[in-house]
Amino acid sequence: MVSASETLPETKRYRILGTPSDLAGHVAALGPAPLPTRSSRTWRESFVSRLEASGLPGRGGAGFPAAIKLAVAHGAGGRGTVVVNGMEGEPASDKDKLLLLRTPHLVLDGAQLLAAACGARRVTVCVPEGRDHVAAAVANAMSERAGTTHAPANETLVRPPDRFVAGEESALVRWIDSGASLPAFRPDKGMPLRIGRQGALVHNAETLAHVAMIARTGPEAFRAHGLVEDPGTCLVTISGAVENHGVVEVDRGTPLMAIAQRATPHLAPKALLVGGYGGAWVGPEDFETPYASLSLRAVGSSAGVGVVIVLGPDSCGLMESARIVHYLAGQSAGQCGPCVYGLPAIADDMARLARGRVDVALMARLDRRLHEVNGRGACRHPDGAVQLVRSALKVFAADVREHAAGAPCAHADRPTVLRFPSLLGTGGS
Amino acid sequence: MIRVVIDPVACDAYGFCAELLPEAITLDEWGYPIVDGSPLPAELVEVARRAARDCPRRAITLRERKARG
Repeated sequence: MVSASETLPETKRYRILGTPSDLAGHVAALGPAPLPTRSSRTWRESFVSRLEASGLPGRGGAGFPAAIKLAVAHGAGGRGTVVVNGMEGEPASDKDKLLLLRTPHLVLDGAQLLAAACGARRVTVCVPEGRDHVAAAVANAMSERAGTTHAPANETLVRPPDRFVAGEESALVRWIDSGASLPAFRPDKGMPLRIGRQGALVHNAETLAHVAMIARTGPEAFRAHGLVEDPGTCLVTISGAVENHGVVEVDRGTPLMAIAQRATPHLAPKALLVGGYGGAWVGPEDFETPYASLSLRAVGSSAGVGVVIVLGPDSCGLMESARIVHYLAGQSAGQCGPCVYGLPAIADDMARLARGRVDVALMARLDRRLHEVNGRGACRHPDGAVQLVRSALKVFAADVREHAAGAPCAHADRPTVLRFPSLLGTGGS
Repeated sequence: MIRVVIDPVACDAYGFCAELLPEAITLDEWGYPIVDGSPLPAELVEVARRAARDCPRRAITLRERKARG
C-alpha cells in the first residue's frame, strides 16, 4: 500500500461534501484511506500528528478536540470499538444523514483510520430505527468493503431507537452495551467510555469524514479554511423561512447572514436560530457574527450542531421557542428531576408569555426556573433548552415587554416554521 | 477542598440531605437538591458525610476537588 504522502492529491479546495459515490468512485476520486498495512507505531505517530496539527474539533455539538478524544480512547487499551454516531437526533439537522447517504465510504474510512490508531477491532455504525434509507446506504457500502483492505476492522450496522437523547455519546454506548438508551452521569468526562470492558471511541459522521479527509490531504488543506483558532470547514443545515432548505459546507468564520443567504430567505429575517434546538436565537444586530465557537459564545449562542434556522418577520419567536422546549421536554430520557419537571414548566411559562397570559409572578418564576434547571441533568439536554429560552428572552425582548403588558403575540397562532418529528413522521431530506 | 456532588439520575427527591445540610443544599420547587459546587466549609464536612450515608438513593458523593479546573 502506498503511503499517505504519495497519495496526497492536489487539494486547493478542501471539501467533505462530495458527489454520491460507490466504493470504486470514492477510491477513484480520493484514493484509498492511508491505512497501515500492519500495526505500526510510525504510522500511528504520523496519523496522530496530522490530526493534532489540524486542530479538528468534534462536529457533533460539544466541539471536543478529536486528537484528545483519540488519546483518551488509546489510553483505555486496545481491541475496543469505534462507534460511528449517525443518530442525528436534532430535528433541524440533515448533515449526517446526507453524508451517510452520499459518501458513506468517507465516513467509514474515518472510523477505520481511528480504529487503526487506537487498536480497535470493530467499527459500529449507529443509524436510528425508522431511517431505513440511510441504513440501506450504509449497509450497501459495508457490503462493498467487507473483506477488502478498506475494512480491516469489522464493520457492523446497528439501529438504536430514534430519540433526541439516544445520540448522546454515553447513551449510545450504553445502548450498544446493554440495550438501555440512557445518558450516564459522568462527573469526569476524561474517563473513557466503555462497551463491556473495552474502550469505545464515539464520533459523529461529519467528524469522521473530516478525519478521513485530513489523513489524505494533511492538516494544511483543512487549516487553509476557516480561522486560526477555529479552522476548517463544517456542514450547516439551513431551514425555516427560506426558498431552498438544505445542507451547505462553509468555512468556519463565515458570517451567519452569508450562510442564511445560501438558502435564499423569503423576507428579511427577524432572527436566526443557530446551533439547533439546544442552540440560541441571534437578532439582526448580530447577523454578521462569524460562525465560529468564540464569536458565537460572545453573542450568547454556540456553534452546537451545524444548524441555522431562519425566522421570518411574520413568526413569533417566543411561541416557536415554547414549541421547541415542549418538544425537548418530551424527548427527555426521564432520568433527572430538574429535566423531567423543569422543561415542561419552562415550556408552559413560554407559551403563557407568547399568549399574553402573564401574571406578575411569571417573569420572576421563569427566571428562577432557568437558573435552577441549568446544569442539573446527567447530560446537557436541559442546558440546551435553558440557553434557547434565555436567548429568546433577550432577542425578542420587545415582544416580551408587549406580552407582559397583556398584549398577545399577533403571530402566536401561525403555523410553525420549525420541523418536529412527531408532526412530520420520518421524512427524508 | 471537599464539595458535594449529586447524581441526578440516582436522586429521587427524598430531601433528607437538605434537612441535614441546609447550609449547602437547598431544594428546587420539585424537591430536588441544588448544590452550588463550592468547597464545603471544614465544619460541615462531617455532617455532609452523614447526609451522603443517609441518602436512601445513595445519590450524594463527597469529592476531593482536584488541582485542575
